[in-house]
Amino acid sequence: MKSVLVLEDGTYFPGFGFGTGGETIGEVVFNTSMTGYQEIITDPSYKGQIVTMTYPLIGNCGFNAEDSESGSVQVQGFIVKELCDHPNNWRCSIGTDEFFRENNIIGLRGIDTRALVKHIRTKGSMFGIISTECGNVDVLLERLRAGMQERRRPVYEVTVKEPVHIEGNGKRIALIDLGTRKALIRYFRKHGCEIHILPASSSADEVLACSPDGVVVSGGPGDPRDLPELKQALAGLIGKKPLLGIGLGHQLLGLALGGTVRRLKYGHHGANLPVKDFTTGRCYITSQSHNYALDAGINADVEVIQINVNDNTVEGFRHKKLPVSGVQYCPVSAGGPQDPAYILERFLDTL
Amino acid sequence: MPRNGNIRKVLVIGSGPIIIGQAAEFDYSGSQACKALKEEGIEVVLINSNPATIMTDGDTADRVYIEPITIDVVKKIIERERPDGILASFGGQTGLNMAVQLANDGILDRYGIELLGTSLMSIKKAEDRELFKETMQNIGEKVPMSTIVTDLDDAVAFAEKVGFPIIIRPAYTLGGTGGGIANNMEEFRYICGKGLKLSMIRQVLLEQSVAGWKEIEFEVMRDGADNCIIICSMENLDPVGVHTGDSIVVAPCQTLSDKEYQMLRSASIKIIRALEIKGGCNIQFALDPNSFDYVVIEVNPRVSRSSALASKATGYPIARVASKIAIGLNLDEIMNSVTHTTYACFEPAIDYVVTKVPRWPFDKFKSADRSLGTQMKATGEVMAIGRTFEESLLKAIDSLDIKLNYQLGLELFDNYTVDELLEILESPRDERIFAIFKALQKGVPVDKIVEITKIDKFFISKLQNIVQVAEDVKNAGIAWLDYDLYMRAKKIGFGDSYIANLLNVPLDTVLELRQKYPVKPVYKLVDTCAGEFEARTPYYYSTYEEYDDVVVSDRKKVLVIGSGPIRIGQGIEFDYCSVHCVRTLRELGLESIIINNNPETVSTDFDTSDKLYFEPLTKECVLDIIEKEKPEGIIVQFGGQTAINLAGTLHKEGVRILGTSVESIDIAEDRDKFLRLLEELDIPIPEGSTAYSVSEAKAIANRIGYPVLVRPSYVLGGRAMEIVYNDRALEEYMKMAVEISSKHPVLIDKYINGIEAEVDGICDGEDVLIPGIFQHVERAGVHSGDSIAIYPPHTLSREIKDVITDYSVRLAKALKIVGLFNIQFVIDSNGKVYVIEVNPRASRTVPIMSKITGIPMVNVATKLIMGSRLRDLGYEPGLAKESSFTAVKAPVFSFAKLSTVDTFLSPEMKSTGEVMGVDRDFRVALYKALVASGLSIPRGGNVLVATGEWDRDDCIAISKKFSQLGFKLLAVEDDYNCLADAGIPAELVPEDKVLDYIKTDRVSLVLSTHAKAGVPGRLGFAIRRTSMEYNIPCLTSLDTANAILDVLEHLSECGEPGIYALDEYSRYEGKAC
Repeated sequence: MKSVLVLEDGTYFPGFGFGTGGETIGEVVFNTSMTGYQEIITDPSYKGQIVTMTYPLIGNCGFNAEDSESGSVQVQGFIVKELCDHPNNWRCSIGTDEFFRENNIIGLRGIDTRALVKHIRTKGSMFGIISTECGNVDVLLERLRAGMQERRRPVYEVTVKEPVHIEGNGKRIALIDLGTRKALIRYFRKHGCEIHILPASSSADEVLACSPDGVVVSGGPGDPRDLPELKQALAGLIGKKPLLGIGLGHQLLGLALGGTVRRLKYGHHGANLPVKDFTTGRCYITSQSHNYALDAGINADVEVIQINVNDNTVEGFRHKKLPVSGVQYCPVSAGGPQDPAYILERFLDTL
Repeated sequence: MPRNGNIRKVLVIGSGPIIIGQAAEFDYSGSQACKALKEEGIEVVLINSNPATIMTDGDTADRVYIEPITIDVVKKIIERERPDGILASFGGQTGLNMAVQLANDGILDRYGIELLGTSLMSIKKAEDRELFKETMQNIGEKVPMSTIVTDLDDAVAFAEKVGFPIIIRPAYTLGGTGGGIANNMEEFRYICGKGLKLSMIRQVLLEQSVAGWKEIEFEVMRDGADNCIIICSMENLDPVGVHTGDSIVVAPCQTLSDKEYQMLRSASIKIIRALEIKGGCNIQFALDPNSFDYVVIEVNPRVSRSSALASKATGYPIARVASKIAIGLNLDEIMNSVTHTTYACFEPAIDYVVTKVPRWPFDKFKSADRSLGTQMKATGEVMAIGRTFEESLLKAIDSLDIKLNYQLGLELFDNYTVDELLEILESPRDERIFAIFKALQKGVPVDKIVEITKIDKFFISKLQNIVQVAEDVKNAGIAWLDYDLYMRAKKIGFGDSYIANLLNVPLDTVLELRQKYPVKPVYKLVDTCAGEFEARTPYYYSTYEEYDDVVVSDRKKVLVIGSGPIRIGQGIEFDYCSVHCVRTLRELGLESIIINNNPETVSTDFDTSDKLYFEPLTKECVLDIIEKEKPEGIIVQFGGQTAINLAGTLHKEGVRILGTSVESIDIAEDRDKFLRLLEELDIPIPEGSTAYSVSEAKAIANRIGYPVLVRPSYVLGGRAMEIVYNDRALEEYMKMAVEISSKHPVLIDKYINGIEAEVDGICDGEDVLIPGIFQHVERAGVHSGDSIAIYPPHTLSREIKDVITDYSVRLAKALKIVGLFNIQFVIDSNGKVYVIEVNPRASRTVPIMSKITGIPMVNVATKLIMGSRLRDLGYEPGLAKESSFTAVKAPVFSFAKLSTVDTFLSPEMKSTGEVMGVDRDFRVALYKALVASGLSIPRGGNVLVATGEWDRDDCIAISKKFSQLGFKLLAVEDDYNCLADAGIPAELVPEDKVLDYIKTDRVSLVLSTHAKAGVPGRLGFAIRRTSMEYNIPCLTSLDTANAILDVLEHLSECGEPGIYALDEYSRYEGKAC
């Protein structure tokens, strides 16, 4: 099955299709993790995006029933250099092509992924279209331009529709689900927490109605600036309950505290990103997937306590007076290192 | 934290000579460490006994001591230099053991020296089996069921409890020396006995075997602030049971799900924290392929062979960063020297597959046991990078330089039946990968091979892909080999010559096709970050994709061909030469490009050259790079025989070979042309001729008279060279030699029983500089690489030296050598000098000669190659003035690692490395060299004399001297009688008890020669092997014995030997101002 990726600027990469045929449009991002492809494609923060893996051999372990980060595949498309045809792992329950077909994912393989990565690195992340139907670049470019503007608020596609309640004997957590990874829920369950998973549309009062000990705002996809109602809801919680923002939740909390957000040139997507924590003096390796970042100088009462060692972007903040803090990455992601789990421990301890 | 300000002067301990299990990787790590320390303004003092290293260069450290790495010598250096700190974790097990010893002897405390980096306690926690087990148990990490024993009875008790197989590992040894897997009580008793003997602390670990599990390694770093990062994960293709040094290793791990990866990653970090390591360490896990169960096998609390591999695989300079950590810097304070924009605190992401394949010495040791187990046997390794696993594996096989008939080496097993192949697959051995290919080709299902080998199905399926593409190409034939199929073959890693083989067409036919399409490789960058950031390090590999990362500059460029993997006959010295060549090119303002594939070396460091291509040294790969870079020319004379062998083919393709011309190389290497030249010059050569058949060989031998020296015409390290004493032996040899090389004839020369000497010279085409002459201790017949060599010659007369110089100068001029050359001589008992051979390239002795004379030979040679004249550089032609110091080169062997190999010295090279001893007195220099080589010369005790009839008189004379020096002599009947006849007191040892004598420490030195001339006797072999295995020094050459006697006599006269730094002797005094 011939297939092609055409980028916004007209650059194209012909290759071969896998999974389903058809056409798909999304923002093209790259992820540098060498393991964890199953976790990545099921991570809701990739909703609407076409993900390229920089590691050339993907699918070596096939897919299993346990490692997905959400109930379904979230990526809009998936690009690899080579998809493993003969996966082997003791937990493997389904082969690679079969998995993508069953999940209706349009995949592209056999392209020079490093060239694509270098292109995005130099030009910035951009939209692309994958098609198995047409190889005419001009036609595809037109379709791409027409289809680009949809899906501005992908959070609503991935959040729970109704509140979900998970019993527990420990602290009561309200988890505002903007597209959380399962790993986060697993963590709280492991610590015996009672969890109320709430839809993104929940108001401050609805959150408070659960009378939680603490509120966690999860990670998720998209531009936080497109979600003013969420910013407002969070503003209504500040000072009332201890708050911890993760990823998109961290950005929204920052906005709610008066901060600003900017778009990164090509984002951070990988499992090897070094974060320095000024409160411990230590560096941690974190798993990240974001295209936006909070600007430093959120407000006078908020201090940036963590930065990315490579490019100094804000990775964590805390309010000097109120129990409000946030981190840009998932502290317990599956599909990534477990180094920064202390963030959650610390949060639970304060409740 | 800023760096520790109290540390102003640091002593770095090197790893000593190259032996199996400790190779060039410690030159790479040691050199990086010295450089990293100097960058921080620290004064660096270095000790290493291996002269053929970049780290022992005058500009690597501020003070370099090429001295034996013994406690006495290190103590003397400490007394003299008074360092503030000592860095021991860069010198392999040798360095680590020295640190432990220095601490135990109270020397560190006495002189207030800080052990930098990983602490003594941490070293002990990682190295002492019992402590390690305890530490692991405390943090909840599982280790295999095991026990530590110090005697055989306890060992047997454990074996009876847990059952077989059991792994035996002696504590504090390197490369798993003395270890093994025992499947029954008999094997168990044997290996345990040996292991107890070899362990520094008489301790062995017995361990329940997890053979068949996945063997996974993590390279981990930790700094003083407790920041921990993983540099690289590596997966051994061979499951647990084969030493990682003998395994094909892939980076990163291929068959782990993220859950498994993160589980082992978290465990690694827990372990490095528990051990409180400051710097780098290597952690090995065994992972059950069918569950989340895993055990920690081993931790190396230092940089290692694996960390060199991880460094080259990722581009992350582990040794450099580890040295900065050792002096107090933290990971987030150290710049990533690859990107220059990010910091050392991150985990490299790679976007390619790396495969390492070991290089074994079995081509040299035909009698060696080729099975692979827990004891490492490889002398070196190659690494290759590709965008697919198949490509990286096949490129690695190509890099081995093992002259396979074609890439997969399938011909090797052509005549095997499926059953025979399956039998080979059952136990790991060096050629197993080729047997798997052949089995797949014969239709054995993937699952069957997985079942037998326990190699992960992922890998076997990939091998099946390779076999499938080969099949497709074969079936397509030249008629149907279209662009798509050709590209498929290239992407999977097939060389054009292999494709031609499959198609059964001449190579040119494939090349024409390639021109027509056209197909060219692209070059991708190794950047530590999978393209996420811009990187500046010019480190490339080839692949078949669309986009190229290489930017070709418009500067004048020169390409240097490296020497590939470390093997017997072609060691680290050629990497030393390549590095110096590259540095000189940079000094001359030229862009230097190097091609090499050895991950252990300095030449493949990211900052050695202007550009590094990590590629196989094949004609195809080199030509592709030449086409890409369009250099002025290429230099082949520093990369050993590997590089020289490429000269002819590349020249034919129109490549300009810089330095000595291809015609001259040919004259030197073609026996007939060389003979004609010598005749013209009236320079004598031992009588001989070329034979193309057995009868011809016999006729020649009878004409010139036995003994004769026979060898194939193209040789590498004296391969298959032998002294033959009669017709029958000659017939046998011819049968074997012709098999080795059907195209090339066999050379038969008169064997001259005389003194050997060699010269390393530099020539600009007209003028010749001879920095010095080496005289060999052992007479002709022992390979020059295995002889002890002395500079300046200790017994050669002025006249003979003049003759040698005259011949060298005339030969170099006649050959119009531009650059380096080496000539071997033999001097018969009448003082007549013969030329044995000329090598139109750098030789093994160049680093030593450069260091002792102070003449930077490669630097000068490179300048001559690039057009300078000797006189312009300030060098007077002729033999340079002799140094007032003596340098002695002594060979170092790895016999302990290779069971069933005879330790007897012969024309076939057996040593893996070398050391240098320097002193004003040649006997002291010799003593130092012997000590450095690991030969512990006893000052007294029992000498076992086991000789042959043919050299008994000489042996008796030597035995007498030992006796006079107070040694007690032991001998079996024949020798005993001869000694008695000569009136020398000795003890009679019954023949059936002689091995027991060795095993029970009743012998301190063995003198063992062949039973008949050239024929090792069975008893002699057993005696030599047993002494080797029980670590008793064994001399097999009477010349070595005589030299040692000389040293022993002399040592009693003078006091303790002194120490000398390189700058005290390496001042070139003959240089015109």
